[in-house]
Amino acid sequence: MTAIYERELDSQMNGLTGYVYGALVLLFGGIYVMAYHLEGATDFTYVLYSLTFIFLIAIPLLTMRSIAEERHQKTDQLLYSLPLSMTKIVLGKFLALVTVMVLPLLVLALYPLLVNALATSGAIPLKSAYGALVGFAFLGMALTAIGLFISSLMENVGLAAGACFMVMLILYFLTPLTGYISDSPGASLAAFAVAILLFGAILWRLTRNGGFALVFTAVLEAALGVCFALWRTRFGGLFADVVGNLAVFDRFDSFSYDIFDLRAIVYYIAVAAVFLFFTVQSMERRRWAA
Amino acid sequence: MIQVSHLTKRYGERTAVEDLTFTVESGLVYGFLGPNGAGKSTTMNILTGCLSATEGQVTIDGFDIFDQPARAKARVGYLPEQPPLYTGMTAREYLSFVARAKGVKLAALDGELERAMAVTGVTDVADRLIRNLSKGYRQRVGIAQALLADPSVIILDEPTVGLDPLQIVEIRELIRSLGRERTVILSTHILSEVQAVCDRVLLIHRGRLVASGTPAELESRFSSGVTYRLMVKAGAEEARAALEPVAGVADVLASPDEAGRCALEVSVAGAEEDMDERLSFALSDRHIPVLRLEREQASLEDVFLALTKDAGEQPQPKKRRRKGDRAS
Repeated sequence: MTAIYERELDSQMNGLTGYVYGALVLLFGGIYVMAYHLEGATDFTYVLYSLTFIFLIAIPLLTMRSIAEERHQKTDQLLYSLPLSMTKIVLGKFLALVTVMVLPLLVLALYPLLVNALATSGAIPLKSAYGALVGFAFLGMALTAIGLFISSLMENVGLAAGACFMVMLILYFLTPLTGYISDSPGASLAAFAVAILLFGAILWRLTRNGGFALVFTAVLEAALGVCFALWRTRFGGLFADVVGNLAVFDRFDSFSYDIFDLRAIVYYIAVAAVFLFFTVQSMERRRWAA
Repeated sequence: MIQVSHLTKRYGERTAVEDLTFTVESGLVYGFLGPNGAGKSTTMNILTGCLSATEGQVTIDGFDIFDQPARAKARVGYLPEQPPLYTGMTAREYLSFVARAKGVKLAALDGELERAMAVTGVTDVADRLIRNLSKGYRQRVGIAQALLADPSVIILDEPTVGLDPLQIVEIRELIRSLGRERTVILSTHILSEVQAVCDRVLLIHRGRLVASGTPAELESRFSSGVTYRLMVKAGAEEARAALEPVAGVADVLASPDEAGRCALEVSVAGAEEDMDERLSFALSDRHIPVLRLEREQASLEDVFLALTKDAGEQPQPKKRRRKGDRAS
């Protein structure tokens, strides 16, 4: 696993993307720190809250190559033939990406100290600042796992980046987007039905088994219909609630209110674990139908 | 030793490999021969654990590739059709990565790298970026990668494709030298390659094993008979009268020329060992001078063409399979 980790880290360090991401974090971090401080706000958590948009660009940049490139260059053959479990390979890659993601944050951690040392007024409360930075890193980790999974589905690096960006964008605006769906039970039903169709399409794309995907989707839609018939009133606003749980970015909000939200940390770890599991499955699937 | 039994791989409707059974003995070079699309790469991918099988079993030194993948894979070095090289690394960096991923301890790493690089002759280019290496050297780096961590079996998928003639000769020599110490399986659709480097041939067509044995065995097994070409100083009738009584001679075709010589084509039914001697004695008994005598046999190429021609089910190959290496 260390060999995989080191090679992935090495390829990130030899490429530009890691540095572009680092530069973005430090540049925008600096701009926000200065701007907020000029306005008299002394809370570093605002800086981080504003900085989350960086992940929209950073995660596609960092993760696009990780598996799609291997597949494109056919080096994934080597990974498959190594006497290592796919879990270890995926974990090695993931940890390398997380390392690259966290390194600039360590530099960013100096900003509050710098401000406190140089500023004549309004010291930044360090405890909440570092608590939020930890939350920020965990948010990045969860998103990295999602990016890694998307890369594992693609053979084209550009496509992986594009798809990843789209997903990040949707996740970023998920809550405002669900606001457009009315709270009526009917609207929830329609939204669920569309979501199941989308899921069916993804299933079809992944398994390349049209019949299976069709049956599975039909069963889910039927189950949805039955549930709706039985508990019609509960459907009101249900879709927004469910989707709200998927809003990875929104979990960071509590950190910006000076709360070290342990539940959010656990949530991020769970998201990362689920997507790493998906990544391993997606890699293993190639063994079954190359 | 590799044992493959009843291996089948289907991609949806299409069957790439069907009911493949064979045994690979230690210390020999095996040639996996077959036309493009015969299922060679699919089989090799399954043997190395890169691909799952629909049915069947593969064991390497007793370890099942599907049930104990880590232990089975540790015994195999694999060079896929397209060498899996990270072109942004130097050869040394790349090999060091592969060695560590295969579990070579840090203390043994340098020695292991030097050994693999020395055997494959890439020591000179060790510190150059792989992307700047010629195709021949890339192939060598690929083979060096397969050799790391001392596997007992090396599997090479079309190792000489795309190389120039000199490189081909070099790589073949390398493969032969590897075959002295360990088992090598290589796939190819080039017949001369099999004749040049392989001790055993596994001929597959449309995902089925149609023949196996040594190159010489295949040649003699599949020749419907042997033809002797002679040039004698005699008339057509005289020569025919001398040869036709010889046991085993099926047919004599004589074509005399103006100079009093006669070209003969003698078809022999069975592949009898001392036929050439008996033919020459029969002629000399009658004081017929033999000017030339040569034995002509079906080449591996004929075998290959005969077996892979679009002949659907062939009765002969089935018999061969029973006689093949399965018994051990």
